Amino acid sequence: MRWLSNATVAHLRRVAEWPDLGATKYRLLGELGRGGMGTVYLAEDVMLERRVALKVVATSAPAPEAAARMLREARILAGLEHPGIVPVHDAGALPDGRVFYAMKRVDGQRLDALAPTLPLPERLRIFRRICEAVAFAHARGVIHRDLKPENVMVGPFGEVLVMDWGVAKILSEPPPATGEGAAASGGGAAARPGGGVATAEGTVVGTADYMAPEQAEGAVERTGPPADIFALGGVLAFLLRPEGAAPRPLSAAVRKARATLPEDRYASAGELAADVTRYLEGQRVLAHAEGPLERAGRVFTRYRAAILLILGYLLVRTLLILFAGHP
Amino acid sequence: MSKPVLGLVLGGILGIFDGLTAYFTPEARTMLLGIVIGSTIKGVVAGLAIGFFSKRVHSLPLGILFGLGVGLLLAFLVAAMPQPGGKHYYFEIMLPGAIVGAIVGYATQVWRGKSLSTA
Repeated sequence: MRWLSNATVAHLRRVAEWPDLGATKYRLLGELGRGGMGTVYLAEDVMLERRVALKVVATSAPAPEAAARMLREARILAGLEHPGIVPVHDAGALPDGRVFYAMKRVDGQRLDALAPTLPLPERLRIFRRICEAVAFAHARGVIHRDLKPENVMVGPFGEVLVMDWGVAKILSEPPPATGEGAAASGGGAAARPGGGVATAEGTVVGTADYMAPEQAEGAVERTGPPADIFALGGVLAFLLRPEGAAPRPLSAAVRKARATLPEDRYASAGELAADVTRYLEGQRVLAHAEGPLERAGRVFTRYRAAILLILGYLLVRTLLILFAGHP
Repeated sequence: MSKPVLGLVLGGILGIFDGLTAYFTPEARTMLLGIVIGSTIKGVVAGLAIGFFSKRVHSLPLGILFGLGVGLLLAFLVAAMPQPGGKHYYFEIMLPGAIVGAIVGYATQVWRGKSLSTA
């Protein structure tokens, strides 16, 4: 008798979990990634002849809660039509009852892998795009709650997409009943009538390194847009890591974004983006109190060409006047 | 304000100041008015040309280079004009004229007035 290798068994297990897309317009092409709640597959929309990413509830996930959360994620994404947020094309249920949704297949790299290869200005421009997407979501009453470089995709043409809105919170939702004790990270979903689902008070969702203090405490009620600002500060800090010693104005922006108290942070993602823009354009970063020398250096750097040209003109004119009449 | 208008205004103003510096050269002081008028016209023409260039080409180095070239060319034409004493001031006119052109080239490139809003 010949035994199958571990790798073969693992592969067979994975394939056995592949969803049956027979009754849908999708054809399975492969697996893209796995999360706690669902698995993302590469599929082809045979009607439109295009590739899509199909997120399907994991077989191991608790059925009603996971399905409700998946549907909620799809609905949130569908309501956030923005170039910086991955668009949802379709949603439905598989023959086995598992909920799925189809979204744009993003060819590109995750920000955590791409960032170290990019120069600082390019990283900051990507960061601004993330802020814009987050600001848009906040304006629509949605907070992401799990912003981190791993959840940002950068496409081959420079498109920046904020992904994984699985633990997003809708600010207008009424609070669910208080949960007893804290649940594990990523869980804590409370199924609600109408297919709605929200995170129970005391539940911690998100990623530790990017989590605001109020979010880490599981204070769902107090977790609002400032929690995303805190996470954006973490993303900015990550993007500054390849620099070693980060520029002081940007370090100040990170500190302000990651302030312990929500009221000490930037008032909005747009304000944080504006400070980063100021840095890129050689203007004063509002979060940073610069000294006179630092200001002079910044002004000189910003207007270097103009200052050198004017000094050059004055020098030439002075020399010509001084040497006029001297053969 | 559009880039050509900015070039025209800035070129004219810098032309006036550039012409006024002739006051510090005693032998040119008697021709100050003519120099200022000529310098202003040169600045206006150069500024207009540089402004139109900046409207089409969005590049700071190219803008400065173009300004330098136009300033140098027009200053050469002015310097080459017949002088009462027969002496030509190529160096004294062309060098500052070129730098003034470069300054206008810089200013029209970084200016984000009308050109950006209409883009």
